[in-house]
This record gives sequence, C-alpha cells and structure tokens, in this order.
Amino acid sequence: MPFATDDPNMLDDWLVAGPAAALAGTSEARPRAVRLLGETLQLWTDAAGTPQCRLGTQALAIQPRHGFLWVCPSGKPTRPLFDFPEYSEAGRRIVDCGGIGVAVSGLRVIENFLDMAHFPFVHAGFLGQVPHTEVAKYQVQVDPATDEIWATDCRFWQPRASAAHDSGSEVLYKYRVMQPLSAMLYKSSSRSGELDAIGLFLQPLDDEHVIAHTLLACYDETSTDAELIAFQQTIFGQDKPILENHAFKRMPLEGRAEIPTRGDTSSVTYRRWLRERGMRFGVREAA
Amino acid sequence: MILLYDYALSGNCFKVRQMFAWLGLDYRSVPVDFHPGREHRSAAFLARINPLGQIPVIDDDGFVLRDAQAILVYLASKHDAQGRWYPDDPQLRGQIAMWFATADELTRTASAARLHDAFGYENLDIEACRRGAHEVFRLLDDHLAERASAGRQWLAGPHATLADLACFPYAALAGEGGISLDEYPALRSWIWDFRHLPGFIGMSGIFAAGAA
Repeated sequence: MPFATDDPNMLDDWLVAGPAAALAGTSEARPRAVRLLGETLQLWTDAAGTPQCRLGTQALAIQPRHGFLWVCPSGKPTRPLFDFPEYSEAGRRIVDCGGIGVAVSGLRVIENFLDMAHFPFVHAGFLGQVPHTEVAKYQVQVDPATDEIWATDCRFWQPRASAAHDSGSEVLYKYRVMQPLSAMLYKSSSRSGELDAIGLFLQPLDDEHVIAHTLLACYDETSTDAELIAFQQTIFGQDKPILENHAFKRMPLEGRAEIPTRGDTSSVTYRRWLRERGMRFGVREAA
Repeated sequence: MILLYDYALSGNCFKVRQMFAWLGLDYRSVPVDFHPGREHRSAAFLARINPLGQIPVIDDDGFVLRDAQAILVYLASKHDAQGRWYPDDPQLRGQIAMWFATADELTRTASAARLHDAFGYENLDIEACRRGAHEVFRLLDDHLAERASAGRQWLAGPHATLADLACFPYAALAGEGGISLDEYPALRSWIWDFRHLPGFIGMSGIFAAGAA
C-alpha cells in the first residue's frame, strides 16, 4: 500500500483533493500535483473535460462534486459521497474561500469547528463576546440512514456573525459531520428564515497536516467575494494558532486523556463516532 | 478617506492597519482576494494599483503608495506630530531604515515559509526560507539581548518606533511557517512587549493582549 495509512476510513472513502477549478488548463502532459496521504498525485482533465488522477502509473478513482475534486485511494468506496443540496440551490452565492494548511490532525480541526464554547475567547468581536459565554443545551444525533452526526438547536449570541452582519444577534446554528474530515455548518443568514451553509472539507496530507478547504453557500447581496473570503479567513486564521499549539497534534480517543464538559456534547459524540468506526488516522495511540 | 488595499492575513498589511490605529486615522479597507483568487496578480491590479503585484498599497486622495515600510514613513511623517514613531533624529532614522531592510529580509524568508505551509506556495525552497529566517531571528535576538543589558527594550531609540513595527508581524507569525522561536528568548520577550503596547490591535494568528 503506497499511502501513509492503511486505515480504511481514509482509503475507502472519497477524500477532497482541491477545488475543481484548479484543473483549468491541465492535461495529461501538464497535470496538477496534489498531495494526499503522504503521496503526490497527478490530476488533470482529459479532452472530454473529465477529471483524471494518477499515482505513479496507477489510475485512481476521482469525481468532481460540490465544486471540489474527490479521490478514493483504494477505488472501493464503502459509501457514496455525501449530499450537499444547498450547493445547487437557486439564490445562494457559492464562494470558494481557499485552502489553508494547518499543522495538526484533521480530527482536531473538525472538533474545533463543532465547538461553540471558544467563540467569545478566540473570535471576540465576531462570533462571540465576553460575558456571553454560556453554551446553551443543544441536541446531537447520528442519522441512522446516512450515519451523519447532526447537532441542532444550537444558539449563540454573536457580535458579528458574518460579512453581512454589522450588529449583534442571537444566531441559530446546525452542524453536520458527513465524514471524519468533512463537516457543514448552517447558521442564520441575512435572509429571514434561511440558513447560510459553510462547508469545511479537509484534505489529509498526513496524520498531522491538512489543507482546510472552506466553501460558502450563502445569502448575501451586498458583500464582494473578497469581503466574504476575508471574513471566513479572518475567523479561520484566529483558530489556526490554537489548533497548531495542541499538546497532542493527534486526537486522543481513549477515555481520560482530555475531559469534556456539557457544552462538548458534539465533541463527545464525534469522538465516540470515530471510535466506533475504528478510526486510526490522525489518532493518538493510547498511552 | 484613505484607501488601504488590504488582506486580513497579511503581516505587511497588518503594519499599516496598526499604524492607522496608533495614529487614530480613519481609513477604508478594500479587501484584496490574495488567496485563493490571486487578485494582486490580476491584470487590473497590476495596471491600476501596483505593477509589482504586492500589498499593501494606499491611495490617499489620489496619492498612491506601495510598500509597507514606505507607507509607514509617509503616514508617520504626515500625521505623527510628536514624531514618536519616526523621530526626527539622523541616527535613529538611519537605524530605522536599517531595520526596514531586516523587515524585508523577514518577508523574503519567514513570510515565504508561511506562504508555503499555509497558502500552498509550492515553488519555493522551504528549507532555504527557514534557514534564512533563523539567521535573521538570530541577529534580532542578539541585538535585543544586547539592548536589554543596556536597559533598552526596543530595536532603536528609547521607545517603540517604526523599526519595531516593521519587524514585528513576521517574527510573531514565524510558527505558521514551521519556524520555532524557542532559541530566541530576547526576541520572544520583545514580541510579548510589543503585543502589550497600548492600542495594539492584533490580527488573525497574533492575539491582541488583554485576556492573555
């Protein structure tokens, strides 16, 4: 096996390999090099406009979806790629906010994405503000049909919830975890009754490095693309040093390594969900 | 109002934002889609804003100026009546210009390493960038340690100047380029002191002091 892991949770799933638009101008003779699981893949679009992928001389399964490219290293995916209906919903703006390299296990990045308790401290003035620090009770369930985690009824007071907001408001959140390294966030938008969708898709380079791709499917009729991107990158840039300074770069899944509180229901469910699927990639071995 | 062609995650743009804050000047930030859009390399940007394809750039009522350090000199010369940031002293101005060159060296090394690790810039020699950054940090650390032994806290002069502002962000962001500052205690102490200056605004990746 050429890849840096033999964890079927990685090899037998669809892994993001960058934005589909990045293959513009490529050909088999001039492919784009993309790093995944310790290897460098060659990606290009053929004469028919279909993406192709190769590792050395071996062709790998690849599909374009939701604006990104997805590669299945083993060619034997255990399930189809998740749905993202908001991506093609009329009226939404789709903005690729770029990939940012983060030197930590991707599992840490997803767990942080699900966490609301850090908002007033790490994202002060944007997603939270002391003394509004309480995480109200919320619901977490695993959907038996799709095996996706859903956290619902999340509410948080935010001074500036998005590029479209210029004053504070109580914001409604829903979280969804589709894959160990893919999650979505749905939050109150500038359009009454509608939720913006923000996708976080992690391209695993190795156990302790990812490229975090963020995609917006939002309602916003005033901000420029550059303003929307600046907002998302400002938020993600605030998380980045916290993520990279974790005492264990890999995530511990055994019971007592880190102690959760009530506000961490999402995290507890995510870690249990990872344990139940025997996750090893990006996981810290029990001492 | 002064326009700043700005990118939230740029340390060089931070220098200008911090200068505006310290001078109490209003400005309008024009976000540039540096990543992933590479707007700073677009034909329109090169033709109208900066032929070098770099940010920050300011437009002060038609007076367009590029280069972070040049902008700092312009803003301080025009708006800092007390001459705190760019003192009217021949030796200090000479030293500040000298540290500007060091700041540019950090952009070429430590900032480039961060572009590689965080923004996917593959076409640079990452090890050479990190090596070069360590040489600059060694120089800064030795200088700051020597200054500290003489009871001085800052790079030049008795208080913080443009020299410190110019060198600060890519020292504080070194970790994002995979560069540890463990070996540079005087440099880390200086970063701490700078973060605790009154009115320090911080940026993503560099927390404003306060709760910390």
